[in-house]
Amino acid sequence: MSDYRVLPGPEHFLPPAAASMGISLPNPGEAHINGVITSEDKAYEEAARQFLMAKVPTIFPGPLVLWAWNEKAAKKATAVRHLFNTLKECVQPGQKPMLIPMPDYRPKYPKINPEVEINPNHPNLTIWHNKIDCCMFIGVHCHQANLSLKIIRGGTSCYTIAMCAQAGHEDAMLSFRDASVEKIMRLADTVKRLKGTVQPRLTSAKNGASS
Amino acid sequence: MSKERIQISEALYDIMPSDYQDLVKSATYGKEDRGWKDIGTSKELIEQHSLCAGCPESMAFRYILASLPNPEDTVMVGSTGCTSLVFPMVAVHNIHSLFGNQNAIASGLKRALSVRFPGRVKDVVVLAGDGATVDIGLDMTLQAWFRQEKFTTICFDNELYANTGGQESGLMQKGFVAKMAPVGKLFDKVRLPEIARESGCHYVVNCTVSKPSLVEKVIRNAVHVAREIGPTYLQLYTPCILEIGKNSMEGLQEMRDSEKPTERFAYKEYISEPAKQLLAELAAKDKERKAAAKQLAGQASA
Repeated sequence: MSDYRVLPGPEHFLPPAAASMGISLPNPGEAHINGVITSEDKAYEEAARQFLMAKVPTIFPGPLVLWAWNEKAAKKATAVRHLFNTLKECVQPGQKPMLIPMPDYRPKYPKINPEVEINPNHPNLTIWHNKIDCCMFIGVHCHQANLSLKIIRGGTSCYTIAMCAQAGHEDAMLSFRDASVEKIMRLADTVKRLKGTVQPRLTSAKNGASS
Repeated sequence: MSKERIQISEALYDIMPSDYQDLVKSATYGKEDRGWKDIGTSKELIEQHSLCAGCPESMAFRYILASLPNPEDTVMVGSTGCTSLVFPMVAVHNIHSLFGNQNAIASGLKRALSVRFPGRVKDVVVLAGDGATVDIGLDMTLQAWFRQEKFTTICFDNELYANTGGQESGLMQKGFVAKMAPVGKLFDKVRLPEIARESGCHYVVNCTVSKPSLVEKVIRNAVHVAREIGPTYLQLYTPCILEIGKNSMEGLQEMRDSEKPTERFAYKEYISEPAKQLLAELAAKDKERKAAAKQLAGQASA
């Protein structure tokens, strides 16, 4: 097993792909935390804890849930909204949950508006601008998610979570696999259950993402 | 993709940036008689672009995107050049190919789409500059035409390599001196419209983009003929105002000057017999549809 751990950055300008450092993907029914394979139960707890600890916990829904391609996508979108609403109910004063869309993958030059969207080609701009210190990607095609996760790990100190509908992401600090409406709802339930038990890091030196 | 799928999930509608909401609400996806007159009253399929101020290529892009008959089921294939700066801002599926192999990509794409979606009309439109079409990609351009691949090739002819500083291209006119071609071109502009005709294209037009209604007509014709019969080719003059020493506001006049009857972009059109027949049928159907709509409007007001 690799000694490498997928930790919040900034790692360096071009962080290695976690897979190239020996990190492997979880099997069905498992997840990974920092590159170590673990049970899904433990991952729900850790993801909820990270959300509740963060100053700006953020969900980044991608095109696969933002656009109503089919009934399943629309249901997942409703679950994402429920998770966000739960997060808003469960945080303490001073914490600022956000829901920022990644509507598509076009490299929008010369600039995007980081207040209203995130782009996989320069996701660090949205992280920096909103001082996001914990984020979760959901509904983003794997290649674009990997690109974003690596850029974020390379240039920011943001904690990244992937709620992946396929096999998971090594480049996230925490990754679920086979995401479904039920899994999103279960994460929301875990956030609710841990409400008030986690101390937010509002006063710590690492507030917000660094550049 | 079809327009029915261009819907935002209701639960997340409020967080979508307004340009996407506008695309769903007021873009002309699925509109039967869409055209350049929709510009200004509906959401355009180009959000913004990073071309130079006053660039005629940006006008051409706007007219073409407004005129595509089936944008929700169209895939555009671009190549290296100024056009590749625009495609990221376009709300039509598009692929950036390697420099010059755009017609090879489009050939495979069109065939794959026909297999994958046998019951649905899927248009493929290549849009590339003169360097990609005539110099670096001439082989792929011609081979696609020889094979009678059913897609449209549009060449934005600015008569040189614009975004690398002004090198000589095959479509540059004889004697022209550019920044990176100080001796002046020694031989004639390649006669690609004639080559296209002889290579099997069924609809070929050589013109400028000074008149939006003309651009609309030729785009619609080219896409319809390519869909039903075989390859089509449009060579559109989109002068690079920077490289020919003009100011931002002089692009339109440059095009008007170049389309006079004795000039190199005088309107030139070739239509094969099967294409003529198809266009006549489409025109008749269009006339019928308009007459029926007029009659309906008359009944409603009576």
